[in-house]
Amino acid sequence: MQADIGTATQPGQSVESGSPESARLAQRIGVPCEIFPGEKRVATVPEVVLKLIKLGFSVAVQSGAGAAANVSDADYQAAGASIVADAAQLWATSEIVFKVRPPTPDEVGLMREGGTLISFIWPAQNPELMQLLTAKKATVLAIDALPRTLSRAQKMDALTSQAGVAGYRAVIEAANAFGRFFNGQITAAGKVPPAKVFIAGAGVAGLAAIGTAAGLGAIVRANDTRAEVADQVVSLGGEFVKVDYEEEGSGGGGYAKVMSEGFQQAQREMYAKQAKEVDIIITTALIPGKPAPKLITAEMVRSMKPGSVIVDMAAEQGGNCELTEPGQSVVKHGVTIVGYTDLVSRLSMQSSTLYATNLFRLSEELCKTKDGVANVNMEDDAIRGLTVTKDGAITWPAPAPKQAAAPAAAAKPVAVPAAKKGHGHGEASAPMAGNKLAILFGVAAVLFWLIGANAPKEFMSHFTVFVLACFVGYMVVWNVKPALHTPLMSVTNAISSIIAIGALVQISPIAGAVNRPDSLITWVAAAGIVLTAINMFGGFAVTQRMLAMFRK
Amino acid sequence: MSSSLATVAYIGATILFILSLGGLSNQTTALRGNLYGMVGMTLAVLATVFGPQVTAAGLPWIIGAMVIGAGIGLYAARTVQMTQMPELVALMHSMVGLAAMLVGFSTFIDPAASAGFEGAAKTIHELEIYIGIFIGAVTFAGSVIAFGKLSGRVSGSPVLLPGRHWLNLAGLLVVIYFGGVFMQAHDVPSGLIPVVVMTIVALLFGVHMVMAIGGADMPVVVSMLNSYSGWAAAATGFMLSNDLLIVVGALVGSSGAILSYIMCNAMNRSFISVIAGGFGTTSTPKPAAGGATQPVGEVTPVTALETAELLREAKSVIIVPGYGMAVAQAQHTVFEITKFLREKGVKVRFGIHPVAGRMPGHMNVLLAEAKVPYDIVFEMDELNEDFPDTDVTMVIGANDIVNPSAQDDPSSPIAGMPVLEVWKAKTSIVMKRSMASGYAGVDNPLFYKDNNRMLFGDAKKMLDEVLTALKA
Repeated sequence: MQADIGTATQPGQSVESGSPESARLAQRIGVPCEIFPGEKRVATVPEVVLKLIKLGFSVAVQSGAGAAANVSDADYQAAGASIVADAAQLWATSEIVFKVRPPTPDEVGLMREGGTLISFIWPAQNPELMQLLTAKKATVLAIDALPRTLSRAQKMDALTSQAGVAGYRAVIEAANAFGRFFNGQITAAGKVPPAKVFIAGAGVAGLAAIGTAAGLGAIVRANDTRAEVADQVVSLGGEFVKVDYEEEGSGGGGYAKVMSEGFQQAQREMYAKQAKEVDIIITTALIPGKPAPKLITAEMVRSMKPGSVIVDMAAEQGGNCELTEPGQSVVKHGVTIVGYTDLVSRLSMQSSTLYATNLFRLSEELCKTKDGVANVNMEDDAIRGLTVTKDGAITWPAPAPKQAAAPAAAAKPVAVPAAKKGHGHGEASAPMAGNKLAILFGVAAVLFWLIGANAPKEFMSHFTVFVLACFVGYMVVWNVKPALHTPLMSVTNAISSIIAIGALVQISPIAGAVNRPDSLITWVAAAGIVLTAINMFGGFAVTQRMLAMFRK
Repeated sequence: MSSSLATVAYIGATILFILSLGGLSNQTTALRGNLYGMVGMTLAVLATVFGPQVTAAGLPWIIGAMVIGAGIGLYAARTVQMTQMPELVALMHSMVGLAAMLVGFSTFIDPAASAGFEGAAKTIHELEIYIGIFIGAVTFAGSVIAFGKLSGRVSGSPVLLPGRHWLNLAGLLVVIYFGGVFMQAHDVPSGLIPVVVMTIVALLFGVHMVMAIGGADMPVVVSMLNSYSGWAAAATGFMLSNDLLIVVGALVGSSGAILSYIMCNAMNRSFISVIAGGFGTTSTPKPAAGGATQPVGEVTPVTALETAELLREAKSVIIVPGYGMAVAQAQHTVFEITKFLREKGVKVRFGIHPVAGRMPGHMNVLLAEAKVPYDIVFEMDELNEDFPDTDVTMVIGANDIVNPSAQDDPSSPIAGMPVLEVWKAKTSIVMKRSMASGYAGVDNPLFYKDNNRMLFGDAKKMLDEVLTALKA
């Protein structure tokens, strides 16, 4: 079997291996045990193994990898995976390795040259790991580097799926440590008020916590520096608590940014007020690449009611509460402060299943041909973003995905110079360039001079009227709403039948005129009147009909 | 009525006309504006009829002609369907043009009209007649062709003669040459030949000009002809030394010119390029040659049932109507669907592109006819930024005005034209009869987008099915 795998490493060379052609190129996905202390998740589950095999891959699982997530080796075998006894063999024989936690230096040592690894990596925080991986000529897809704003990438978003699990578990931990019901009840034994839960940060974890706490019947309040999530909070049954200060806190990629001092002051006041009122506080505030912001001071903890609970989901990054002890649940000033860093592992079955599905979706993207060969297509925005090293070259950080760039390009169009001009309804359009205006005035001046020098006085008075009327028309019509363009046209059309005046003054025969073809002129003029009358009456009537239809 | 009294009445009429145009700038004052126009017209006509230039002998003629014209006009106004408004307006423009031509001719053959002019004044008078007839003839012929195109009697696609710009130039030179001949002529018979030749050239010129313009540019053409009819009236005013005609003609002329300018801006094209015509034909080889611009992806068709499902689940909907809605007469069904969704608490709005349809504001009139309240009908600029927050956009019989390649593809013939960004909504549904491209002859990448669905079929029939499915 091992020989079989060996030939499969180099697609193209392996024709002679004699396997059926479906196995000719098939790569093996290896899933080792997670060795990080307290990590109970596993990177694939039996249901997903089935699907991976359908994609053409073969799957190997280290013996005991799923034990902490309640999956036995037999379950994996039943789904078609082979079981490998020790980690060294697994790493050595798998072209692709699925993991949850970033690999340790030892694990990287086990990795085969030029292999592929899909796992959490956190490249910004782990530069040494990146160096080790490049030394192995590895291709590494960091699931945490997924471009999350790409809607197509959502199915692969493990950060979201894991954060959702953590948010749910945080509420369960809080309920465990809290001495009362979450929902209000009126029983024969007396009235129970509902628990009040305050959730700091309405990201994925926060939203999951809001939904879970509201589902248990608590009164839920939440806050986030990004004002746009207020609707999401409300949609999950929470109440959005605003900080009384104007500032936009969206930092791109769905994360928050560091806020100004004035804002932080107002925020502290709001938290202090909430601390006095609520029974449970769940904090989820993280800023990428920075220690978690200290939102809950010791003073606020002291002001809470005895028996209250704080669940600090940011404990791993130092905690949002000053008194948090990462990894521990402690009681201080009568308040239980839960600082577990393994909330996701505490729901390992669920989180493993979701994570495994995320990786399967990614495998689908990598293997569109379903022939069991992963193709790291760097033209694909999602895959480009995920790939942090490719064949030993560091490709992190990825350039901003095209889709995110598109709105920016549209905002300042390059190929679309006139788009922003609009048509100046109501507002002044951009003033004409100075030299253009000068030319225009120059031409007008010459024309006017020519006319003034040659035309008789009689003509000039008409001409004055004409030019002024043009300007009046321009001024009057410029602000017309586009909705009224059709009525405006039909009314101007009706008005242009004023030409009837011309026909009217001609129709009467002139007594005593010599050589005037009276009857011919009369007929022609009468025809003119008929035409203009059609226009006059028809135009006004149809405008009236149209305008009567416009209503609020 | 004395001549001074008539002049005063004319001033009153002029003011009323200005107020009329001003009133039309807003829905709330529009009806009053129309009323001002009617009063102004009545005043002008009465002042002329009872003025010094009309004698009792002319009255029966005037009354007879007025009654005939009024009868036809009112009948047409009552029976015309709102979808046919562009044709009607074009037809009416042709009447103004013809009337201007007739007045010009009768002035020309009337020796009394030119009596009393000497020297430069006489030259100018003759020039005025010549130009007046010319503009009238161009307006008349152009409008008739526009009417034919809009009503489908003449093919909508541009007809391009070889060397058409040279033909136009030659025509113009002929007109100028005969203008010179006309100036030299001292009596009516000798001036007749140049005038008739010029009129024929002007008519051909008008036909040729509009024939070369494609259907999608019709909004510009209609408003341009509107402008011409104004200039024709102004020219007649000069000819007859009548200030009222000059003022009103100039008002109409400049307002039409501005409307044309606004339309051109909306398409991001220069006025000259629209008038030069032939849009879409010069650019067709381009997409064929550059295969890279060909959109890729799959078209996802949906049924009316699925459309209804999408609409029912949406919180906010934007409807983008186009000429296809007008053709299918679907506006009433659109309103029924809108009413139903609004009662269900769905936020429904309409997004109107400035050049949607075949004349400026065409869509607004149709929606108004279908009783859609005008405060949910928005201009492109007003709601273009709201598409990302919109669940469903329904594009009904529109194509070029929702084409993303106007923004993305600099080599596209419609590059730079502002478009409604419907593809930014969560889902867009395009109703079309087929995959055929729009008037611009450009393939639409919108149809191939992941979040786009196509509902093929006649807009009216499909929307009826959607409505039935919604109510079920």
